[in-house]
Amino acid sequence: MKQGVGASIPRKEDDRFLHGRGRYVGDIQLPHMREVAFLRSPVAHGIIRGLRAPQGTQIFTMQDLTGVAPIRAPSSLPGFRRTDQWPLAHQRVRQVGEPIAMVMAATRAEAEDILDTIALDIEELPAATDMLAHRAGPVIHEGWPDNVVLHALVDDDLSDVAAPIVIRRRLRTARQHMAPLEGRGVVARWDSRLGQLEMHTSSQMVHVTKTGLAECLGLPESSVRIISPDVGGGFGYKGILLQEEVAIGWLARKLGGTPLRWIEDRREGLSAQANCREHHYDITVHADRDGTILALDCEAHVDGGAYSAYPFSACLEAAQIGSILPGPYIVPRYRCRTWSIATNKPPILPYRGVARTGVCYALETTLDAVARAAGISPVELRLRNLPTPAQMPYTNITRKIFDSGDYPEALRRAAEAVDAAGFAVRQQAARDAGRLIGQGFAVFCEQGAHGTSVYHGWGIPFVPGAEACQARLTPDGGLELRVGVHSHGQGMETTLAQVAHEILGVPVEHVQLIHGDTALTPYSTGTWGSRCAVMAGGAVADACTELRRRLVPMGAHLLQDKDAIFEGGAVLAGQASVSVAEIARTFHRAPQNLTDAMQAQGLDCTVGHKTLRDTGTFSYACHAVEAELDAATGHVCLTRYVIVEDGGVLLNPLIADGQVLGGVAQGIGTALFEEMPYDTAGQPLASTLADYLLPGASDVPDIEILHMETPSPISRFGQKGIGESGAIGPPAAIVNAINNAIAHLEREVTDLPATPERILAALA
Amino acid sequence: MKPAAFEHAAPEGLRDALALLARPGVKPLSGGQSLSPMMNLRLVRPATLVDVKRLADLRGVAESSGHIRFGAAITHAEIEDGAVPDPSCGLMPHVAHGIAYRAVRNRGTLGGSLAHADPAADWPSVMVALGASIITSGGRRLAAEAFILAPFTTALQPGEIILAIEVPRLPPGARWGYCKINRKIGEFAKAIGVAIESPRRLLAGAVEGPPVLLDAPGDIAARLPHLDAAALRLAGIAVQRAIAMMEA
Repeated sequence: MKQGVGASIPRKEDDRFLHGRGRYVGDIQLPHMREVAFLRSPVAHGIIRGLRAPQGTQIFTMQDLTGVAPIRAPSSLPGFRRTDQWPLAHQRVRQVGEPIAMVMAATRAEAEDILDTIALDIEELPAATDMLAHRAGPVIHEGWPDNVVLHALVDDDLSDVAAPIVIRRRLRTARQHMAPLEGRGVVARWDSRLGQLEMHTSSQMVHVTKTGLAECLGLPESSVRIISPDVGGGFGYKGILLQEEVAIGWLARKLGGTPLRWIEDRREGLSAQANCREHHYDITVHADRDGTILALDCEAHVDGGAYSAYPFSACLEAAQIGSILPGPYIVPRYRCRTWSIATNKPPILPYRGVARTGVCYALETTLDAVARAAGISPVELRLRNLPTPAQMPYTNITRKIFDSGDYPEALRRAAEAVDAAGFAVRQQAARDAGRLIGQGFAVFCEQGAHGTSVYHGWGIPFVPGAEACQARLTPDGGLELRVGVHSHGQGMETTLAQVAHEILGVPVEHVQLIHGDTALTPYSTGTWGSRCAVMAGGAVADACTELRRRLVPMGAHLLQDKDAIFEGGAVLAGQASVSVAEIARTFHRAPQNLTDAMQAQGLDCTVGHKTLRDTGTFSYACHAVEAELDAATGHVCLTRYVIVEDGGVLLNPLIADGQVLGGVAQGIGTALFEEMPYDTAGQPLASTLADYLLPGASDVPDIEILHMETPSPISRFGQKGIGESGAIGPPAAIVNAINNAIAHLEREVTDLPATPERILAALA
Repeated sequence: MKPAAFEHAAPEGLRDALALLARPGVKPLSGGQSLSPMMNLRLVRPATLVDVKRLADLRGVAESSGHIRFGAAITHAEIEDGAVPDPSCGLMPHVAHGIAYRAVRNRGTLGGSLAHADPAADWPSVMVALGASIITSGGRRLAAEAFILAPFTTALQPGEIILAIEVPRLPPGARWGYCKINRKIGEFAKAIGVAIESPRRLLAGAVEGPPVLLDAPGDIAARLPHLDAAALRLAGIAVQRAIAMMEA
């Protein structure tokens, strides 16, 4: 059975996951471990006046954490205002749930009993809870003139644009919780033998966590080891340095050996930890009579929450909106002003799709309104504005370089699959029978694996450079791959083994991926930005290629034929051959059979990988949805979901499908269910899963995925990043289907999620 | 999100359980699907939980020609699966199947749901619609309609528990309709409508108070003056759809 690049083999890691042998932070038990609980702010904005606990109660506040620096995630973008996020609140609290004090006990329940005895005196201040209404104040950071964290501008004077069609929409995406199955969790102890803090934490980026933690604790990096075992979903939620990690790291060091544990509970996750997605768009599309886009103009706001979270900062979403709002289209003129606003809510973090989901929603729903105004179909409008294959690589208005592909063909295939041409007839027939059905499309591209040249200009705490892999052949012919990224659902223990197999022929079952431990792996910025298939895949390929380069002369030497070649996992010379396993065994256990130079070079190497151009791969997709609306209740039923996806060369199509399907489920959540509302005092109104609705199995329709595979010219095998793709398109495509169903009534839904209440309000 | 400390008692017999329940700070634990989350949030802090779910007296099912008597600790799953007989021509298994998700149905009980009296839950509405009687440990027998007084409030006295629920048999082949309007499958209801052909019953539930029996669908506004227009509208739709399902 084929195992290399392109083989749909089942995931190796599923054996342990499906048999209950996965091990997560919450599974770790250490002798004499103590449980930590945090006293959290009950108010959104206030000044801490005092804290009283019964005599003899051991509690830790920021005053105790001597020498600990606040978490700082600045950006070098002009005008960016820095925030100090103290591990435990320092004088002020700026969001409900902000940790104020830390206690420990033998069990979590007993630790919470201690919290019950603490009396907290907080002087409540007016809260900033709405990014539009509270841009000027109440000001939440002392010394700031207003709540603007960053004002970014992509400028153009559009006063000369005279378009026959001008469509303006004001649209909102809801604040969301990322809701991985496994929340955050920390198990930490000070290793007095090594003089090292050993912290297990549920993280997507162990090395970045280590750097940030060492900085906050004032420790050399050699004194910190971060281990991320199995992780039950990341999505961005595990890509943040937590206040809790810093506070527990300090306490573990102080205790000198007693292990500490904190497992985030669902209420802490929902009410206290980072959120995502909350954008507001005031968007205008100028178009010609035939639907050709002439200009795009937008003012966008991002509710950044109280602090700039490490490492992505409070600038990322706003800056990204400006750079990607034009989507996959040819947009001749463009202006975009974005504001990132500090509010008394949890920090905003990049969630799967980052700003793309909101941007795609804003642009695609507005384009449907343009199509209605132009009297053409949504498909026709998009075909008129997408770059053609002949234009590839296409540099768009914001200088994004679309690397390859046939964008119009993806749309055409999706339109054909859902019979877009015949839909109007079906829709009218349904209407005649008293039913409302609609069809919606969304086309988008996803920049993935973008590197140094894209990131250095933002000046955030990290800039991705080369991605490294350490490859080592063991004496029995097995292959160990050490990577600094982390696999938590991406199936990399399988796909990276497939890449190695492609180069070295070592059977996938003999390839071991070692990841998630700073002591064992090369430095990396981690798993984010749909970068692992391209970057870690490229790194594995490069490291294995380097091993192969060393294996060939060794094999030739053993075969005594200098013209020997490498093929299918062996070095061949005529009929004679020596396998990779035999060469590895010779190198480790019979080095006398190799030359001194060969012995010195070894079968263990670390190689860094860069793509040919580091501006990123651009996967693209078209989502096509059919939905039926219950006009009485406002309920939406998704009756058809087709995706045409081009992820370049797929390392493993089965795993790529899984990635897309999971993303779509999350996108359906964004479209129809998920919303983290706050009241005017800044209190979260969805602090349990009874209030925060996630899509369930019954809410996800059968999803048909049609693949195109246009190779990327910049990646090792032509693969493109698609890890976030599935979560980008659904809100736009679903709301376009809803709006299409009610277009004859001249009504539209503008705000996410499209709840029954919002749909009924639109119909009222 | 861990409960405050509490004692757990699992008495062998009903008499012992009732003796324990007579003490202050004691709460009965049945399926625990509502009580334990509230305890985890520390919204409820009982000193002692008395586990009544294993009591043989609460696990029995007795059939007579006119009705079926279910022990209070019969689970939603047992009703869903047909592990207990059905007096309702399929209505009760249908309703049980739509409660939350299977893990909840495996533990949650008919009696526990009624005693909790969450207006958005299924059983309070369905038991009123079926004309069920609630048999209590205090020796009382109350019509379901009289048992549920207000949201989360029942006629149970302190220390008193539900022993059984007696559900009259519908005539063979009786048609019914059930409509639960909720955001997604298994969520609590925003509105419930029940329609039963014979004996003719029409009910609106999940109405921020006890479910109400209606003479006709048009009565709904008059019977539910406390509901806002949107909730009233949904309740009306639920009732209409229950009727439509019954008549289909």
